[in-house]
Amino acid sequence: MREGRKNAAKLWQYLPLYLMVIPGAVYLFINNYIPMAGIVIAFKKYNVNDGIFGSPWNGTENFRYLFQSKDSFIILRNTLLYNVAFILVNMAVGILLAIFITDVLSSRLKKLYQSAILLPFLISIVVVSYIVFALLSHENGLMNKTILPALGQKPIQWYNDTTWWPLILILTNCWKGVGYGTLIYIAGISGIDPGYYEAAELDGAGKWCQIKNITLPHLVPPIVTMLLMQIGRIFYSDFGLFYQVPQNSGSLFAVTNTVDTYVYRAMTSAGGIGRSAAAGLIQAVVGFTLVLLSNLIVRKVSSANAIF
Amino acid sequence: MIRTKGQTAYQTMINIVLIGVTLITVLPMVLLFMSSITEENTLVVNGYSFFPEKFSLGAYRYILQNASTIFRAYGITILVTVIGTALSLLLTTLMAFPLSLKDLPGRRALNFYVFFTMLFSGGLVPSYIMWTNTFHIKNTLLAYLLPNLLMGAFNIILARTFFTTNIPNDIYEAAKIDGAGYLTIYAKIALPLSKPILVTIGLFTWLAYWNDWTNGLYYISDSGMLSVQALLNRMIQDIQALSAHSSISSGGAMQIPQVSIRMAIAFVAIFPILLIYPFLQKYFANGIMLGAVKG
Repeated sequence: MREGRKNAAKLWQYLPLYLMVIPGAVYLFINNYIPMAGIVIAFKKYNVNDGIFGSPWNGTENFRYLFQSKDSFIILRNTLLYNVAFILVNMAVGILLAIFITDVLSSRLKKLYQSAILLPFLISIVVVSYIVFALLSHENGLMNKTILPALGQKPIQWYNDTTWWPLILILTNCWKGVGYGTLIYIAGISGIDPGYYEAAELDGAGKWCQIKNITLPHLVPPIVTMLLMQIGRIFYSDFGLFYQVPQNSGSLFAVTNTVDTYVYRAMTSAGGIGRSAAAGLIQAVVGFTLVLLSNLIVRKVSSANAIF
Repeated sequence: MIRTKGQTAYQTMINIVLIGVTLITVLPMVLLFMSSITEENTLVVNGYSFFPEKFSLGAYRYILQNASTIFRAYGITILVTVIGTALSLLLTTLMAFPLSLKDLPGRRALNFYVFFTMLFSGGLVPSYIMWTNTFHIKNTLLAYLLPNLLMGAFNIILARTFFTTNIPNDIYEAAKIDGAGYLTIYAKIALPLSKPILVTIGLFTWLAYWNDWTNGLYYISDSGMLSVQALLNRMIQDIQALSAHSSISSGGAMQIPQVSIRMAIAFVAIFPILLIYPFLQKYFANGIMLGAVKG
């Protein structure tokens, strides 16, 4: 009896805290949890009147429809290959720039470089697509009007020609995103005890030898954390990068269509909502599995680097 | 420190590379600005250029004179960004504060409730249907405010970790003895002591709202309801929209600096970011570092 009253008093004392949690919890319930339940739409023949939960089931019809088209292969291939390329390129460039920036002696220049490299990260992808358009516009872009003629080359129909887009997207993604990783690697390097480098210097170790034997091994934790986050999202793509930057140009779809652009285009096309939901479900389930798996592996190898 | 020849050569090499990198990051934005002040005919004839033959402020004058669509877009962006950032900070800290108190019963379950939203997501289709058919946010300001941007697990975890690690438990105990309730402790102690994390979270939320164009793409069809980013996106989709609009407002007689106007709107869209960045660079960098540390 007394125990019970004590518990009640304790809960009463915590009541304001629970009330504080409510607004946020309600928002997460609506914004995140209801759509999670709504994922069953992938197994339904959706119509607006019956809504997600009232519409009749149609088994795996949507998935069969999705996999019948050759789109499914293209979007999977593009999403995976671009992600692999993005991860490798941004990691290599990011580590290199981080090593360079840390080695700059002038602290003012160091700060300038660090600031400059992060700037594109803060700019909306729509504006990035305007900048890319200023470079690649067929009629008056900098490439076709100035650079290519100066090199004695013919103009290129950039937005109709798939040849260069893998490169353009990899470069654009690197330009926009590399600052993020660079900052993290800089933080990693600045945590290394300078004594290691002094000792290496005394032993006559060159710069490359120091990078290979001191810097890189110390960067393993941030590299693993970044890899882990990126592998968990390897079935996701930056919708803006693939939709905005190629200006939604139909003749480029073979090299620019990814899971996320497909989901949007299918959802907004007539009768496409089923296959759109099917693609979205595959993305969510595979993504979830990959996060758990990669975290499990990391926890086995070095538990300190696991996310959870 | 004695510098050898090799070290000097290395310093020269990395500085050259990094100056090159700095130019690569900054020059595209310079190109954007230069094309916005290029005279329209020069732009059409010579193309986009860093060194235009003829300058003109026509694009910016046009923006000031034909204000309706563009001013409205800025108004919407500013309104949504301000309300969104303020509400987001309030909701995030209100939720993070209780989660930071170790003795709160049910804390683990609540933490999981927050964390799980980072692992699994229902995706675009169910949330689109929910927001449009259940909450009817299409073509309202709520469409910019509510979906996805208002609050995220990530920021909750950042704030919670900051509360836990930076505010000593003794302060809470002392406050409780003085008769302060949890709400008072939250508002009078926890928040004022957490300014750095509040600035960082606020800055990234501000940026997310300012730069968001997807909510506009999904939920806004009414051209009177476009935000700046949604307007920029709409102009790509329909490059003719703006000239059609201006021919109504100016009787079609004025020569329309089309391309330069688009570039001018794009530049004004990033201008606030360029303006505050030098002063708040530290907080942007901080936010990224915090993100790399697991929550």
